[in-house]
Amino acid sequence: MRLGGGQGFYGDGHRPVDDLLAAGVDYLICEALAELTLAILQKDRQRDEALGYTRDLPLYLQQAMPYVLDGRTRFITNAGGINPVAAGRAVVGAARSLGVSGVKVATVVGDDVRGRASELSLPDGALFANAYLGARPIVEALDAGAQVVITGRVADASLFLAPLIHAFGWAWDDYDSLAAGVVVGHLLECSGQVTGGNYSGRWWENPDPMRIAFPIATVDNDGSAVISKPPNTGGMVTFDTVREQLLYEVHDPSRYFSPDVVADFTSLSLEDLGEDRVRVSGTCAADPPTTDTYKGLVCTPAGYAGEARLVYPWPDAEAKARAGLAFLRKRAEENGVPVEEWREEYFGVNAFGGSTVDRDFEPPEVIGRLAWRTADKESAGRVAGEVGVLGLSGPPTISGMGRGGGARPSQLLAVEPFYVDKKLVDDQVRVEVEEV
Amino acid sequence: MARIQLRDLCGARSGDKGDISDLSLFADDEAAYEALLREVTAERVKAHFAELVTGDVERYEARNVLALKFVMHGALGGGAPRSLRADNLGKTHGATLLRMWVDVPDEVAANAKRRERPPLP
Repeated sequence: MRLGGGQGFYGDGHRPVDDLLAAGVDYLICEALAELTLAILQKDRQRDEALGYTRDLPLYLQQAMPYVLDGRTRFITNAGGINPVAAGRAVVGAARSLGVSGVKVATVVGDDVRGRASELSLPDGALFANAYLGARPIVEALDAGAQVVITGRVADASLFLAPLIHAFGWAWDDYDSLAAGVVVGHLLECSGQVTGGNYSGRWWENPDPMRIAFPIATVDNDGSAVISKPPNTGGMVTFDTVREQLLYEVHDPSRYFSPDVVADFTSLSLEDLGEDRVRVSGTCAADPPTTDTYKGLVCTPAGYAGEARLVYPWPDAEAKARAGLAFLRKRAEENGVPVEEWREEYFGVNAFGGSTVDRDFEPPEVIGRLAWRTADKESAGRVAGEVGVLGLSGPPTISGMGRGGGARPSQLLAVEPFYVDKKLVDDQVRVEVEEV
Repeated sequence: MARIQLRDLCGARSGDKGDISDLSLFADDEAAYEALLREVTAERVKAHFAELVTGDVERYEARNVLALKFVMHGALGGGAPRSLRADNLGKTHGATLLRMWVDVPDEVAANAKRRERPPLP
């Protein structure tokens, strides 16, 4: 069973997907939803009720369709975002415009729990509230013959676990196998991040870094797998690149929570087989192996933000940048702009490292970054309105930002986790299969 | 004993979940892993990040892959879509921890595999 990790976020590259398909994968699986992505999609849906899914979905479909039609590959994605029904419609439309017929498209709905906010004690006026679904509805879709499966907020790793359950017939209480499938999913869900992308070791030795590959997992029916990449592609698969992805954003590695099983990532072994192949085996479930709840995310408005970046050269670049930012803050105060929070950062000095940075040097240039939060959009814009004055009336030698331009105010969103009884959500999950 | 900066001794990767920054350190052999276990405690990491991390820091061990995991609460200015930070996703926190200096056995320092620097393209 060969799974291809075709996407790690909304905005990921498309070319490596062609390499996966050409190399031969039984499933092309595209993971489109980071926590931040739901917030972006929510803004889309606010503008247009027919949006709220990742808009490059039809492009992925177009890439995969020849292989789907040949019966070589099935396509699974959570690109439905916060509007899987609209995404399903877009997919059916795209398939028809490609002149395709005889393809079964499944849409999974039911992760949206906004309508039950009071029952779940969620805040009023939530912009979205979604539970992370597990593999079950996707397995149901595959069992019904679906060749394309579109979901909303399904947990990343569960997208990959589902076809393994479908293919190998794992029982829902075969927890060690489910845990092994979750590990495979977790390793593939960030596309190039397991094949040399973001690698903190000798990243400069990545072969052909312009053509970094996306990963393939070749999985046995006991859940053990070999992680590899398509032939004649860039990047690398080594013990090091795989373990960096293994622990990425997992919190306690001995208890990695997925909706389907709690996996113990400290139980497994990684073996570097050479030639861009790493074997992962021996994964066990944690004890206890399941939970009674799904995790969810609820999103509420949190005001507006604006931002300005001022660039100054040596000498005394930091002092000038600090004076420039102080000028903006003072002007906002004098103009009576109600700013609720400020953030000052100095690129070239310590914008990222804060007080961990050894400050015993004079930087050749500094970008002073000022960000602010206000309750309303108009106020956020008013602070930035004073930046121009600094051109002739501020500290000396301010430079332009090239073609960077000024960022317009953007809405801030608070996203908080919640936990909801699995039964309550399962009762509203539906799988709709439509033949194009 | 020898003093060494973590950048020369181990790899790091970090990411986010809500307002939590999630950071891993990777050793290249058992001896280096033991040194990290002794030196890079949750308390030291909390102190290192100072104003960047307002909440607690928890440490987890993954000996099977010679890694330590740090879960840092209150580390992202309220979480990515709410944060005013340039690094609202905590992607740089791994690098920030690599700035820490630790005392390790001479042999561990001598065997440190990450001293090489990339050439400028």
